[in-house]
Amino acid sequence: MDIELSEEQRQVRDLCREFADAELKPHARRWDAEHAFPRQAVQKLGEMGLLGVAVPAEWGGAGMDSVSYAVAMEEISRGCAGTGVIMSVNNSLYCDPVLKYGTDEQKREFLQPFARGEKLGAFALTEPMSGSDAAEMRTTAALRGEDYVLSGSKNYITNGPQADVILVFAMTDPAKAHKGISAFLVPSDAKGFTRGKPDEKVGIRASGSCTVFFEDCVVPRRFRLGQEGDGFKIAMSTLDGGRIGIAAQALGIARAAHEEAVAYAKDRKAFGKPIASFQAIQFMLADMATEIDAARLLVWRAATLKDRGVRFSAEAAMAKVFASEMSERVTSKAIQVHGGLGYMKECDAERHWRDSRITQIYEGTSEIQRIVISSALLK
Amino acid sequence: MDFDLSDTQAAVVATARAVARDVVAPRAREGDRTGRFPSDIIRELGKVGLLAVNVPEELGGAAAGPVAYVLAMMEIAAADCAVAVTMAVTNMVGEVIARFGTPEQAQRCCPRLASAEWLAGSFALSEPQAGSDATALATRAERRGDRWVLNGEKQWITSGDQAGVIVVWARSAPGPGAQGITAFLVEAGTPGLHVGRHEQKMGIRASSTVSLAFEDCAIPDSAVLGQVGEGFKIAMAALDGGRTGIASQATGTIRAALDAATQYARDRRAFGQPIAEFQAIRFMLADMRTDHDAARLMTLRAAALKEAGRPFTREASMAKLFASEASQRAVSKAVQVHGGYGYVDEFSVERLFRDARVQTLYEGTSEIQRLVIARELLR
Repeated sequence: MDIELSEEQRQVRDLCREFADAELKPHARRWDAEHAFPRQAVQKLGEMGLLGVAVPAEWGGAGMDSVSYAVAMEEISRGCAGTGVIMSVNNSLYCDPVLKYGTDEQKREFLQPFARGEKLGAFALTEPMSGSDAAEMRTTAALRGEDYVLSGSKNYITNGPQADVILVFAMTDPAKAHKGISAFLVPSDAKGFTRGKPDEKVGIRASGSCTVFFEDCVVPRRFRLGQEGDGFKIAMSTLDGGRIGIAAQALGIARAAHEEAVAYAKDRKAFGKPIASFQAIQFMLADMATEIDAARLLVWRAATLKDRGVRFSAEAAMAKVFASEMSERVTSKAIQVHGGLGYMKECDAERHWRDSRITQIYEGTSEIQRIVISSALLK
Repeated sequence: MDFDLSDTQAAVVATARAVARDVVAPRAREGDRTGRFPSDIIRELGKVGLLAVNVPEELGGAAAGPVAYVLAMMEIAAADCAVAVTMAVTNMVGEVIARFGTPEQAQRCCPRLASAEWLAGSFALSEPQAGSDATALATRAERRGDRWVLNGEKQWITSGDQAGVIVVWARSAPGPGAQGITAFLVEAGTPGLHVGRHEQKMGIRASSTVSLAFEDCAIPDSAVLGQVGEGFKIAMAALDGGRTGIASQATGTIRAALDAATQYARDRRAFGQPIAEFQAIRFMLADMRTDHDAARLMTLRAAALKEAGRPFTREASMAKLFASEASQRAVSKAVQVHGGYGYVDEFSVERLFRDARVQTLYEGTSEIQRLVIARELLR
């Protein structure tokens, strides 16, 4: 029983923390205000191997384990939550399924450059009429000769505005319901592919998302990932890993909020003493720290199971639901510790709170996570 | 990072699970009803090494380590909280004597505690006017000739009437605060030691809780545990380990609550189906499971640090705080799942509810845990 980071994992942590402090924190507020994609920072992440953390070196990645990935996600997200999700989508929702289900040829074209950070990936499952109920999707893919022709749209696609390739899920056989879904690697320069305007979001504003449209969008047969009908399985297993990333993102956001609250409480005076002297404040900070630690252990456990190659859906769901709900509580308390200043844009507390809110929704709402957990319990 | 059990730990879990199932669980209801101290069950625990899990072999202990101890506690506590707390205190006393006692003290006390020749050990710190404010204790230890003479009263002493040896904290010098407090080993039958009122408790009723009175209770120099004036340090060191014990007890309670609620939800039908089909119920179970796993991981983390010889005060407090408060939520949900049947003694959950309530109170209230955690944060 050894619940501590290895030397190598600590190095990843320290490297990412330094990077976040130097390259993310100083700009995060501006990126949020301007809704600006942190292009240079993302490029540097790529150069550091952080866009393909757990991709083996032979396929362009950093070749690290899932705990290292979670650690990296936490540190990067602590610097900028939007940058965190850009990284998470590329790692967990794009590189991971291509690594797991792609042919060597597909890995060469669709994994290597993305793990190396030369190109950016996205994952398109959600549609205007199907979020939680993913199997109800309406985007179709019809085989026509040596190509598939995609028709439909996907919305709220993170990295959508910038992605070079998007992993798209579409119905190849509607009669088979969820077993009739297939997965396709769609380049953004494909004929018939267009993107809408970036969504205007409450938080994670450094990350861009948009609607993508497929109007007789032609995709070569060899761009299909896995077999026809494998799509739902690919999506669900991919999301298991993605949940670890988002849980780690929530952790990073909460930690940023907590650290700032501790610093503020030591500094701010009221009634003749630092507010850190008051039990109400001490107790809030103690509860925040406790919940953050509990969330982190759930994340590390899920990551450890993933690397072992055993089923980890329930554990990933527990980590995701707990960490995301924790991040709302913690960021809310952090605003409270700051008092009126916590409500002002000149202080980061309000941004952390806004950033945290989405973590309970994307990559499977908290309701979906509870369905996964309870189904495992009641098997 | 390694969440696996060692062979020793797995063996201890297997032993504890078997004893819990075969010996402890069948008697839980009766123990709660009669409030009778379960001597025979304690002897069974002694036979399989569960009363001295982290005490060296040469002192009669199992020498299995702090991680094995918390794992064993989880198993026993899931069967019966009252037996678990009795086991916890005896373990704590044996460990504190093994660690701080002279070879003579350890040789006299530890094997007897381990084997249940002495049915229990007790830990007498609290007083009617000094619970959380431990250093305000008023029991005096005066030097008269070559003896120490104790005068005062202790409150809430688990197993105080069953213990072969009681660790008693008393003021041997004026202070201030923690200074001037000495720990003494007082054996049952010592003249001047009187067992007072036997408390009628809401829960953990098979555990014995008594007050103790010391009236000119004279003990020799050889009864001093550790150094004169260093008693408080011993108390705090013991409580760190004790907190992991209570965290594991609470974790066991959550598991018992979850198991009971899950079983009931599968069996009970309403509106044409098992209530386990309703999301409201499923989601409660999912939350209990998530809380359980987080509590378990927090407890293991603290125990693993202790086993590695590293500081673990903050982690132990966090584990105790989190697990005990999660336990409140879990037992309340378990009652709710049972509907009306959760309020009557036909089912076990009302006992779990009553048993759990003390977990946020003893071995340091949640408020004390928060103070400990905050102090580390704000250093």
